[in-house]
Amino acid sequence: MSVPAEKKEKVSVPFDYNKYLRPNKLPHIWCPGCGHGIVLKAMLRAIDKTGFDKNDICVISGIGCSSRTPGYVDFNTLHTLHGRALSFATGVKFANPKLKVIVVTGDGDALAIGGNHFIHTCRRNIDLTVLVFTNATYGMTGGQYSPTTPMGSQATTSRYGSIEPPFDACEMAKASGASFVARGTAYHTLELEKTIHEAIMHKGTSVVDIIDACPTYYGRANKFKSATHMMEVIEKENTVNVKQADKLPPEKLEGKFLRGVLHKIEKPEYCEQYESIVMEKAKAK
Amino acid sequence: MAITMTKGQAGLTGNSAIAYAMKQINPDVCPAYPITPSTAVIEEFASYVADGAVTTELITVESEHSAMSACIGAAAAGARVMTATSSQGLALMWEMLYIASGMRLPIILTDVNRALSAPINIHCDHSDSMGARDSGWIQLYSETVQEAYDNLIQAVRIAEDETVQLPVMVCLDGFITSHAIENITLLSDEEVQGFVGEYNAKTTLLDIDHPVTMGAMSLPENYIDFKFQQSEAIARSKDTVLKVAEDFEKRFGRKYGLFEGYRLEDAEIAIVILNSAAGTTKVAVDELRKKGLKAGLLRPRLFRPFPFKELAEALKDKKAIAVLDRADSMNGFGGPVFNELRSALYDVPKRPKVVSRIYGLGGRDYKVKDAIAVFEELKTIAETGMVDTLQKYITI
Repeated sequence: MSVPAEKKEKVSVPFDYNKYLRPNKLPHIWCPGCGHGIVLKAMLRAIDKTGFDKNDICVISGIGCSSRTPGYVDFNTLHTLHGRALSFATGVKFANPKLKVIVVTGDGDALAIGGNHFIHTCRRNIDLTVLVFTNATYGMTGGQYSPTTPMGSQATTSRYGSIEPPFDACEMAKASGASFVARGTAYHTLELEKTIHEAIMHKGTSVVDIIDACPTYYGRANKFKSATHMMEVIEKENTVNVKQADKLPPEKLEGKFLRGVLHKIEKPEYCEQYESIVMEKAKAK
Repeated sequence: MAITMTKGQAGLTGNSAIAYAMKQINPDVCPAYPITPSTAVIEEFASYVADGAVTTELITVESEHSAMSACIGAAAAGARVMTATSSQGLALMWEMLYIASGMRLPIILTDVNRALSAPINIHCDHSDSMGARDSGWIQLYSETVQEAYDNLIQAVRIAEDETVQLPVMVCLDGFITSHAIENITLLSDEEVQGFVGEYNAKTTLLDIDHPVTMGAMSLPENYIDFKFQQSEAIARSKDTVLKVAEDFEKRFGRKYGLFEGYRLEDAEIAIVILNSAAGTTKVAVDELRKKGLKAGLLRPRLFRPFPFKELAEALKDKKAIAVLDRADSMNGFGGPVFNELRSALYDVPKRPKVVSRIYGLGGRDYKVKDAIAVFEELKTIAETGMVDTLQKYITI
């Protein structure tokens, strides 16, 4: 049963996720306590709110736990190679600029093996929405540290604590040229839904860094008591909404991640620029 | 990783055995990036590094492209280098594979065989290593955990042999061999060290008294000459593989050749098949022999360089042969092993009938009954001299 458009913002109305799921692909592979399912649901609610027909949406992923998402959702979907989702997405968008293209990727997928594509996608400001599921872990292959693993953290490949400084996906996206940069967490699920919605509606490269937890590897390796404990520490206590940040003294912000829309500017979009050159040259002839 | 051993015997998965062999070899550098199903190799090896059981520099890089690049850099600097990967990981290394062999760097890579995308699949087939078959790497295939362990140790000697100086890929079947526990006989650390010896690269980037440049621009006036030398070297490596296997047998008693024949000598019909599926086929051979059918098996161990003379010699009197490939050379003429084997038999005076069967892609089970069905077909071909279907997929 579909939900009338005007009632979607009220969570009390049961949201019909089945509308966007492929029931024969369920159950999903995610571990109990993993935040990916929460993010998936927020994404579906956000997409629903946009009002786009599901045939006009294309969800693309690379490899990893988060990249299993497209298998479960009933849009045009593409499950590609490790790190290369953005390259495939660029091709899809370029070939059919009318599609709303959403890339679902993990921190390892987007920032390590696919780091090169990440910065150049942002630089071009092509109209894609990139959802980075940041759990500081390579969950699929057994809990190796990733480019967002905090220094000193345990992973199967950093038994004495990671000595590599982590990336901040938002800073990186902003510095690379993305015109919309935001952060959310699985814990702040309603806020995340709004952020994803705003990201999809934005024209240009929109990146949402979504902090969620991997209790199976990161949690156990770093002595978290439970998945909820991880959510409280990593997602709730360790983040501050950007709107409240101004009111807080600097010491309260130290070491914390800001949530919400961190950067939003108007900037020429890549496909449109390309189109306009084509039209201009065609007219000149 | 503590290995429980009784009288030199231990129950290990293929991945554990490879990691343990790497520990015993104690390479100088190991750059790695995780990928299913080879991840456990590096995971366990990382534990050896963390425990101080080896002096290896373990470099956790950000992609397989970087892993092989780091292997090349380290090997060019004179280090003994090892890594492991699978499937897309090997595919991502593809560009670098040619550089490793072209620079004549004796890098050792374990490829835990897995299917290639798309559609994405994590289970066993040989598309990954078959895709790299022309990259100038020596390729050894392993039926069992024991053989994978023994192959890896021998690979070091083969690669570093003065007359060879080429990278070696040791292949074993993803999940089937990599994740199944088998009782194997391990060598002692001293035995392994005594066998592989110390590595002293002849030319290295760090030898400042004898500066060299590697991989520099080489245009029509000499590129082909480099390639000619490389081609000669890989052809020579066949003798080295035998020489190293002989020394291995002398020291440790386990015998290896270029291929394994199973009830092959008096066989009239034979299956040629790589890796773990040979075990299944052997059961079928035994069952059919009981019924009086002269069935046999040939399992190539060395696929690169392809020992065409020896294989032709071993198969020349057979009436009918089926080459079972766990990879399709899409729209080529049959599977990759079939293609080369059939070509190897071209000069045999009384050529056997040879058919191509593609099986088990993406981890599809290959059962004794599948092997028996192929043998039944071969029996008809041998009796009638007629081939009904030259190439087809089975296990579908």
